[in-house]
Amino acid sequence: MSKPIPASLTAARRLPNVWDVLAAACVLAGLIALVRVSPATFQPLDAPQATVVTLDPYNLPVYALRTTMRMFAALFASLVFTFTVAPLAAKSRRAGLVLIPILDILQSVPILGFLTFTTAFFMSLFPGKVAGLELAAIFAVFTSQAWNMAFSMYQSLTTLPADLVEATRAYRLSGWQRFWKLEVPFAMPGLVWNMMLSMSGGWFFVVASEAISLGDQNWKLPGIGSYVSTALDQRSMTAIWWAILAMFVVILAYDQLLFRPLVAWSAKFRVELTAGAVGEDPWVLKLLRRTRVLQLAGDWLSGVFARLGAMRLQSASKPDKAPRAPSRFGDALFFLAAGLVTAAALLAIFDYVTSHDVGWSDLLETFVLGLFTMVRVFVMIALATLLWVPIGVYIGLRPDWARRVQVVVQFAAAFPANLFFPIFVILIVKFHGSSDIWLTPLMILGTQWYILFNVIAGASAFPGDLLEASKNFHVGGWLWWRRVIIPGILPYFITGAITASGGSWNAAIVAEVASWGDSKLVAHGLGSYIARATEEGNFAHVVLGVAMMSAFVLFFNKVLWRPLYAYSTRRLTL
Amino acid sequence: MDGSIAQTKLVEITGCRQSYHKDSSSDLLVLDDVNLTLHTGEIVGLLGRSGSGKSTLLRIVSGLLTPTAGSVKWRGKDLHGPADGVAMVFQSFALFPWLTVDENVELGLEAQGVPKAEREKRAEAAIDLIGLGGYESAYPKELSGGMRQRVGLARALVVHPDLLLMDEPFSALDVLTAETLRTDLVELWSEGKLPIKSILMVTHNIEEAVLMCDRILVFSSNPGRVASELAVPLPHPRNRNEPAFRQLVDDIYALMTRRPVVHASAVPTPSAEAGFATPLAPVSTNLMAGLIEALAQAPYDGKADLPALAAVLQLEADELLPMGEALQLLRLGELADGDLHLTEAGMAFAHADTDGRKDIFAAALRAHVPLVAAIRRTLDERWNHRASAVRFRDELEDHMSPDYAEDTLRTAIAWGRYAELFSYDEEAAQFSLEDIDTTG
Repeated sequence: MSKPIPASLTAARRLPNVWDVLAAACVLAGLIALVRVSPATFQPLDAPQATVVTLDPYNLPVYALRTTMRMFAALFASLVFTFTVAPLAAKSRRAGLVLIPILDILQSVPILGFLTFTTAFFMSLFPGKVAGLELAAIFAVFTSQAWNMAFSMYQSLTTLPADLVEATRAYRLSGWQRFWKLEVPFAMPGLVWNMMLSMSGGWFFVVASEAISLGDQNWKLPGIGSYVSTALDQRSMTAIWWAILAMFVVILAYDQLLFRPLVAWSAKFRVELTAGAVGEDPWVLKLLRRTRVLQLAGDWLSGVFARLGAMRLQSASKPDKAPRAPSRFGDALFFLAAGLVTAAALLAIFDYVTSHDVGWSDLLETFVLGLFTMVRVFVMIALATLLWVPIGVYIGLRPDWARRVQVVVQFAAAFPANLFFPIFVILIVKFHGSSDIWLTPLMILGTQWYILFNVIAGASAFPGDLLEASKNFHVGGWLWWRRVIIPGILPYFITGAITASGGSWNAAIVAEVASWGDSKLVAHGLGSYIARATEEGNFAHVVLGVAMMSAFVLFFNKVLWRPLYAYSTRRLTL
Repeated sequence: MDGSIAQTKLVEITGCRQSYHKDSSSDLLVLDDVNLTLHTGEIVGLLGRSGSGKSTLLRIVSGLLTPTAGSVKWRGKDLHGPADGVAMVFQSFALFPWLTVDENVELGLEAQGVPKAEREKRAEAAIDLIGLGGYESAYPKELSGGMRQRVGLARALVVHPDLLLMDEPFSALDVLTAETLRTDLVELWSEGKLPIKSILMVTHNIEEAVLMCDRILVFSSNPGRVASELAVPLPHPRNRNEPAFRQLVDDIYALMTRRPVVHASAVPTPSAEAGFATPLAPVSTNLMAGLIEALAQAPYDGKADLPALAAVLQLEADELLPMGEALQLLRLGELADGDLHLTEAGMAFAHADTDGRKDIFAAALRAHVPLVAAIRRTLDERWNHRASAVRFRDELEDHMSPDYAEDTLRTAIAWGRYAELFSYDEEAAQFSLEDIDTTG
């Protein structure tokens, strides 16, 4: 298995402990704080032409470009976050104790539920300016990317090969030099892979975050997402097709110009001396490597980086860093501070809950709605499994098929599924289908690809000698599925199912409520609860809904998925 | 199991050809005109170098692979698909990591629909026979390599196959473990305790073949053919140090070094396209230099007996032979009658300093390896002294399988770099004359 595993699984070895309580309290208190600082009443935005979105297709290229720029701004922010937080967590024991559980919990918070508050927060920073909206959209994408990128880097930094670390010490590299010569290159394949995963997910959020409504206020930031939302209001099917086409072109460009070259390029950082079977270079990378002018530009750029990385910045690393015993006093101070912060956070939560009369009945209501959504997620995952596992196995065992299909599936996973929602909504409205049932497939529309993708990867990686052995011993039919292939692909399938189920919970917030002009479809569930509370401006209920959803996601990650993943990798691999 | 009553034919293969089909050009042969008859009561070894198609032949016998041409008869009938009554033991063990020893062994019976009670009984018998008692509930990853291969054997024996196929079954094991397994297996076989009628095994280890087999088919490579067949008339258990045993090993070495001599006698045509597509075995220049040094010194003084050399250098025949052939190709050494001796150029190489060695090597490459010579010539002719490797690979692929083409090109690159005939940029897949002294 040469493919790096998604960061959401790497915390598998960490057992829940007291630091999780601290983390959970801090995250929740942070959300409440965000709500508190948001202005209670929203001022209208006075920059009319900046937020007018028209359905003229000629405007679409500009909208697409703006959407893409937001994506990249968020990616840049995520990288900065990753390169600061991950090393901090890896190198400082105390920082790690706090940061890792916090990242873990932040991964499970449904970002879409908080879109409104982050918007309100950034608007209050830049009253009356579009910059606030822009920042809010970028922040939404950032929150969908940063956590797992930081996790992946943290994971790499804590598993550096000991011999290479010794080599850097023997040659007396400074900390800064070691970071750029060893740690960053070593973390690169995992980081690039996770970056690509989160970028793919990011399109979904950038589209969702461009059109925000809160109470009577409606904000539209020029972009593909708001274009679609306008098309929904005006019941324009042609505009929706135009938007899908524009998005298709954007994702194609992103896939060809960035995704593929980056993945191929990052392969060179793998710590494997044997040259693995690496596919052919994508054409963009070939172009970069073969073209003289581009090569010179690349050389110049890498020269700048090399010089930057070669600076010592510190006096030489101490020749013999005997592990210092952790300072007792420092520890005491740290634990005291952590305790105080937790207490303060718990107090803030208590205060908020009591002052906003969120009672037990609300808690029960959200819990029951959470169960509804949970059933939806599970049924959808089960259906997707029944559909895609046989297909994925069939494709994965045929290498020439697998390569071609993988490209398409990766593309499908990156495509923001919310652009297709209107088509479903129109059909439901037309045929008067039950929202509770027919809105459900929307949740998995974009995330099912992770299941297919991973099953194909698993089946292609299935050892040829085991297939031969099963043929030689005439193992066929159901026995073959049960004894041979299913155990073989299980770790891959679980990886995919975790990503899919996490994504589906998040998507519930936009998938359980849908509208087409004046017709409005609502399904019962936690997602629609949060959406409704947002619309009514009932902050307390939003906080409660989001907290409940995070609790569900966290619970299933800890109790179901991670143990299953740990079991499958322990038992099912040699 | 000599002199068995009424030997019957188990397998009969006639005129078997297996080709690798390349989209555009002519077929590339893996196996050509192979005939093989397997009787009950014998252990037959397929001996040859890697890439001689012996594993392919084993898969054809098992029915996992259908040959391009020729007939395969299994117990007198044409074979289509995986054969009944044939069980295979794999080089890599091919155990299912998620099944216990017991479940792995029972897999074949489960597939046949044998009831659970009988399955358990037969599995237990096989497990005890092969010396795995007490490990029934262990998972493969808890076992050592030797124990894993015992599971592989038990899994094959439990279905009571007529024919046991073994694909280099001991080559992934350390020397001691492999030897124990070999003698155990031969002992069970000669005592008639194995529920099988015949064994066909693939090996590249000459001594292993002589130790275990009643009949050995020696394969030549590219395309794979049966070069010769010899019987091993020694009774079991065999002693490696017996003169008759040693003589047989020597004879086989001689057989295996015979073919290239014929090849080398062809008139060298330095610039012709003909030699361009000679496959090159991936032998590193370090190994070659080390071998030349060892040969030049006492006690060999330029000439060594291959089996003895293999024993001293702790190399197997299929590791030593490509090295010897590489030396022969470059006219630094010569293989004949199971001996390897250095030519004058080879002796000069041994006594030269680093730069001198590179000069000798470069001269040998330009004279005797048309591919390297062609690469250098192309670079000299181009105005920018650059050339893409893809072009050469494509040309090679017209004459050999992609794997061979890849190996050959890699070897040419490694040799040419060592000789400082050209530089190579891996990322751009480009040859160039950068940093190369072109005055010489």
